[in-house]
Formats: sequence, C-alpha cells, structure tokens
Amino acid sequence: MSTEQILSSDGVPLEISLKKAERRNKIKAMLLVAPLFLFLLITYVFPIGDMLFRSVDDRMITKMLPNTFTEIEKWDGKDLPDEPVYAALYKDLSYLKKNKTYGKIIARLNYEKGGFSSLIKKTVRKINKFEEGNYKEQFIEVHKRWGQIEYMGALKNASPNWSYAKYLKGVDLKFDQERNIIQQPEDRRIHKILWLRTLKVAFWVTIFCFILAYPISYLLATLPMKYSNLLMICVLLPFWTSLLVRTSSWMVLLQQQGPINDLIVMLGLAANDARPELMYNVIGTFVAMTQILLPFMVLPLYSVMKTISPSLMRAGKSLGGTPFVAFRKIYFPLTVPGIGAGSLLVFILAIGYYITPALVGGASGSLISNTIAYHMKSSLDWSFAAALGTMLLVGVLTIFWIYNKLVGVDNIKLG
Amino acid sequence: MSLPNYTSWNYRIWHYTYLTICGLVFFFLIAPLFIILPLSFNAEQYIHFSAKMLALDPEGFSLRWYEDMIYGTKNPWGLAAKNSIIIAFFATIGSTILGTVAALGLSSRHMPYKAAFMALLISPMIVPLIISGTAIFFFMAKVGLAATHTGIVLAHIILGTPFVVITVTATLTGFDHSVTRAAASLGSNPVNTFMKITLPLILPGVISGALFAFVTSFDEVVVVLFLAGLETTTIPIQMWVGLREQLSPTIMAVATCLIIMSTLILVSAELLRRRSERLRGINR
Repeated sequence: MSTEQILSSDGVPLEISLKKAERRNKIKAMLLVAPLFLFLLITYVFPIGDMLFRSVDDRMITKMLPNTFTEIEKWDGKDLPDEPVYAALYKDLSYLKKNKTYGKIIARLNYEKGGFSSLIKKTVRKINKFEEGNYKEQFIEVHKRWGQIEYMGALKNASPNWSYAKYLKGVDLKFDQERNIIQQPEDRRIHKILWLRTLKVAFWVTIFCFILAYPISYLLATLPMKYSNLLMICVLLPFWTSLLVRTSSWMVLLQQQGPINDLIVMLGLAANDARPELMYNVIGTFVAMTQILLPFMVLPLYSVMKTISPSLMRAGKSLGGTPFVAFRKIYFPLTVPGIGAGSLLVFILAIGYYITPALVGGASGSLISNTIAYHMKSSLDWSFAAALGTMLLVGVLTIFWIYNKLVGVDNIKLG
Repeated sequence: MSLPNYTSWNYRIWHYTYLTICGLVFFFLIAPLFIILPLSFNAEQYIHFSAKMLALDPEGFSLRWYEDMIYGTKNPWGLAAKNSIIIAFFATIGSTILGTVAALGLSSRHMPYKAAFMALLISPMIVPLIISGTAIFFFMAKVGLAATHTGIVLAHIILGTPFVVITVTATLTGFDHSVTRAAASLGSNPVNTFMKITLPLILPGVISGALFAFVTSFDEVVVVLFLAGLETTTIPIQMWVGLREQLSPTIMAVATCLIIMSTLILVSAELLRRRSERLRGINR
C-alpha cells in the first residue's frame, strides 16, 4: 500500500495544516475568554486569595514587638519568664510609646485575652518612670497581671507569624498557654451554634422550597402553554423584583400589627394583646427565605419536567399501575436531576444569605453571614471575618463542585 | 381544566385538592408583593391599613409619600437614584461586553478546559455575596477605589458577568456556525462577520443577559454596603438604611416604583426569550 501523503493546496501535508488550523482556533477561543478571565483574576480571584491569606497572617504584632517575641520564644511557658523577656518588653513598649503606635497591639492582644487593654495602657503611661535594670519587678509593680502566667502565655501565643487561631475561634476552640487546643469557656461558645443554625436554616428552607415547588412546577409543565405562561409570571415577577422590596413586604406582613397577626387574632388563635412575634426571630428568617428562594427551585424543576413526555405516565397506567405507582416509579425518578439542581442551588444561596436574616431575623435568626458582616463593620476583627468567610467559602465551593459534577455548570438556566 | 366524565370521585377530589394547593403556593409567591402597593398610597404615617382605607374612602388614600420621595428635603432618594442609574448603566455595558466576548470563546468547540473556565467565570454568582463583598472591599481599598463610582462599577461588573455568560452561552448552543463560515468564504473579515451576522442572531440573548446585569447592579446591596461612601449612596443602600431604622410609607412608595420597574423588565425579558427561540428555530 502506498503511503502517499495528502497535501493541501500550498504543499503542506494536510495533517500538519489541519493541526495548525486547530491550534489557531484554540488560541482564538482562548483570546476571547482572556479579557474576562484576567479581569476576574485580578479583581476577584486574587482578592479572595488575599482574604484567605489575611485570615492566617499575624505579622503585624510580630513587627511591633520584635524583641519581646524573640525572647519569649525561648520561654518554656511553665514558670514566669525571666528578666530578658521583661527587658525586651520594656524596649519594645517604650519604642511604641515614642511613636504613639501602641493602639494596634492593644486591640490585637485583647482578642488573645481580655484585660490586655488596661494592662498595656497603664504600663505605657508609666513606662517613662522605669529605671534601668530589674524590669521584671518594675513591670509587676505597675500591674500585677504582668506576674500572671496566663497573660504571659497569651503573649507567647501571639508570637508566631502565621496562626490558625482564628479558625479555631470559628469553631469555638482556642489555644491554652501551653498551645494545647481546648474548648472556649462555656459562655463564649457561640459560633458552633451559629454554624449549626445556618446549616439547619439552609436545609429546611431547601426542603420547604422543594415541597412547595414540586406541585406547581408539575402544573406549569403540564398545563397548556397559554395558561402556564400566565402562571409563570407569578414565579418570574418575584424572581426579577428587588430582594429588598421582597424583604420589606415580609416585614410589613409579619410585623406585630401586620395583616398575618390580624388574621391570627381574627381567627381567635391569639388574644389581641398577646400577638405572637413572627419577626426578628428564626420564624421570620424561614418564611421570608422560603418565599424568596422558591423561584430558584421552580425554574430547574420546570425545565426538567417540561422534557418528560406525558405518554410515559399513560404507558405506566395502561400497564396496570395506579396513578400513584406510575408517578412513583416513572415520573419521580425522571425529575431527580431537576430536584438535585434546584436543591443545590437553593442550599448554596441560603447558606450565604445576608440581607433577609439581617432585616427579619433579629438576634436569634441571624446566620453566619451576619456574623462575618459584624466582624467586618463593627468589631473590626478583619482576620476573624476572613477566617469565617474562608470556612463558609470552602463549604460553598464543595457544594458547587458537587453541583458541577452532577448537573454541570453549563446547564444552569435562567428564566 | 375540566376532567373527562369517566374519572372517579376519588380522582376528582384529589385533582381539586391538588389545584387548591397549587393556588395557595402561587398566592404565597405573588401576594407579598401586592401588599406594598396599597400601603404606599396610605394617607397616614403608619404601615398598616387604616379604617378609611378598608372602607375604600378616598380620604384614606394620598400621594403624599410619593411627593415626599421626590421633593422631601432631607430625602436622599434623588442622589441615590442618580448614582444607581449611572452605576448600573456602566456596569451593564462592562459586563455585557466582557461576558459576551467570553461566551463566544467558551462556546467555541476548540476551547480547552471549557468546564473549568466556565466554573471560574460564573463563580461570582455562586460565592456568597458577603465573601465577595469582603474580598472586593480589601482589593478596592488597596488600589484606592473604595467609595468611588469606579470601584462600585467594577464590583458590579464582576457580579454581572456570570449572568451574561450564561444567557449568551445558552443562545449560542444550537447556533449554526455555517452562517459565519459562509460570510468568511464570501470575503468578510471576522469583526464584520460578528457585527453583521453573529450579533444580530444572538442579540436577544445578549440583551437578556444585559437586563440581568442591570438588575443585579441596580438591586445589589451587600457589596455596596462595603464600598459606598456618602456621595456614592445607591437606592438599595437607602432602602437598607431605612428598613433598619423603621418601616416608613416613603419606602413603600420607592418599593412600588421598583416593582413597576421589575414588571417592565420581566415583560421585556420574556418577549426577548420568545424572539430568541423563534430566531433559533426552536418551536415549542
């Protein structure tokens, strides 16, 4: 058999010519994606990376107390540290006092252990009167906490450049002075409750959305086009309406003098002077989030149900199945992809919800996002906010990954 | 829907129960929006129905909260509306261009690692807004764009592009590439082909993506909460501030305007979707 190569018009073997063209097309496609990709890389992906970095970065205080931390590293943490540590502390603090920059370490050390604020302030005030030598005694004289091993241990804990202490705090754990991981004191264990509540709310909102969405999606998919288009507006109008408008309508409905409470009183379920609190608790969060996220469940379910031929159910029934059996064995299994897509979407959106819980949730209905916002805007513990954010992000990306495996991101449909 | 007369009583009961349930769910979806409309015309300063309103007495209704919204001296709505419109306008243009171009690349069958790129490009839609807000805030503060219009526009481009990418990629599936090849064989350069052949065909998808981007920007509050300053306040920020203080009828008036706007957008999006399906020859 002759192995004569097929040549293209310019004399180049066709195979090579084809490969070249393919490569050119590939580069062309990549160049089209490149602008958005680079834009997102710079303004979005790197900043998120920077946020992760911020959650473990603890170099600020190391830079401010360099001598102290070199000395305290040598301390075994059992008895009170010796003179060199205090001498180094004197050197660092008097330098910070001269530059008036000790405010930052007060905030940082107070996260480590409450009480550092007054301790540092008092010491800095008196540091000019310190005499050469025997600093340990002088420090303890100014404030007895300098002689307490817990405070020196907390100082030692603040010394590493990188620390995952914020992540421990995010699940109610902490380091003790020997750097063992222990539980936070009972009254400060708030984050585990918060995580559980967030998961619980996201889970139940997903379930409620599914229960409510399934029947209406079926109706929308089986009704003749001219009716279903009209009903579809009921799903799409809330979907297109501002989230704040929808949340404010729930605030109107759920308030103490609101229509729902009026109805409850009218039906005699509660006395007029004992109207139930429907808002500023977890009930408000549940109800409002279910209504707001419902379209995200209906749309994927609808688009899957639309593709199921009604003759399948008829075939099932004609073969002797009751309508219920036909539904359970034929129709329902076919809708599972839609259920998966809708549930994952609702769950992902619910787990990071911020606006609605903040407005109708009150203290007992607030979720993990609200705590992140609180640490960003009020307590200004940005590295803790970043740590909580990272934990949430890992959770969401895991679900997104599952979603991608099961549904494929290119199958997301909007409206 | 009428049932054929051979259906059993059991089935009939079940059928009507089912329709009732569906009716209730639709009511649950749509009714909360309509509670706002009448309350925005309330003559009194409270957010519940006065006796006069329930009696449909004309005296119970007034337009004073709309007047307050537009002419109220201390009201920030004018500035907020101006900012919102400017920001949404530029964010829409930015995300539409970036998103459409990227979608063209993503739908090419020569694109390597398509799924991975797609997942990355739509991630701003999936990542909780509070995290995006935090990250974007740190970035904008670092480059000195916090509390500027530019900063907010860039942030909204980030959040808007996933919608454009999704709608335009959806329009491009089933796009007949032989028409662009035909144009090329007739001597048209790629830019000309895109403007004259491809764009008109995918235009419905592009516009509906642009509508999504516009709504996303116009409605966005979490990221703006981090980025906005006094001069860059937007309508959602003002609503958020108002709702945190107390429910006021002026907010109901603003909300009514927003509902009317979203109705208009919904209608145009629906019309576009149908036109797109017709153009692509999808019959249902």
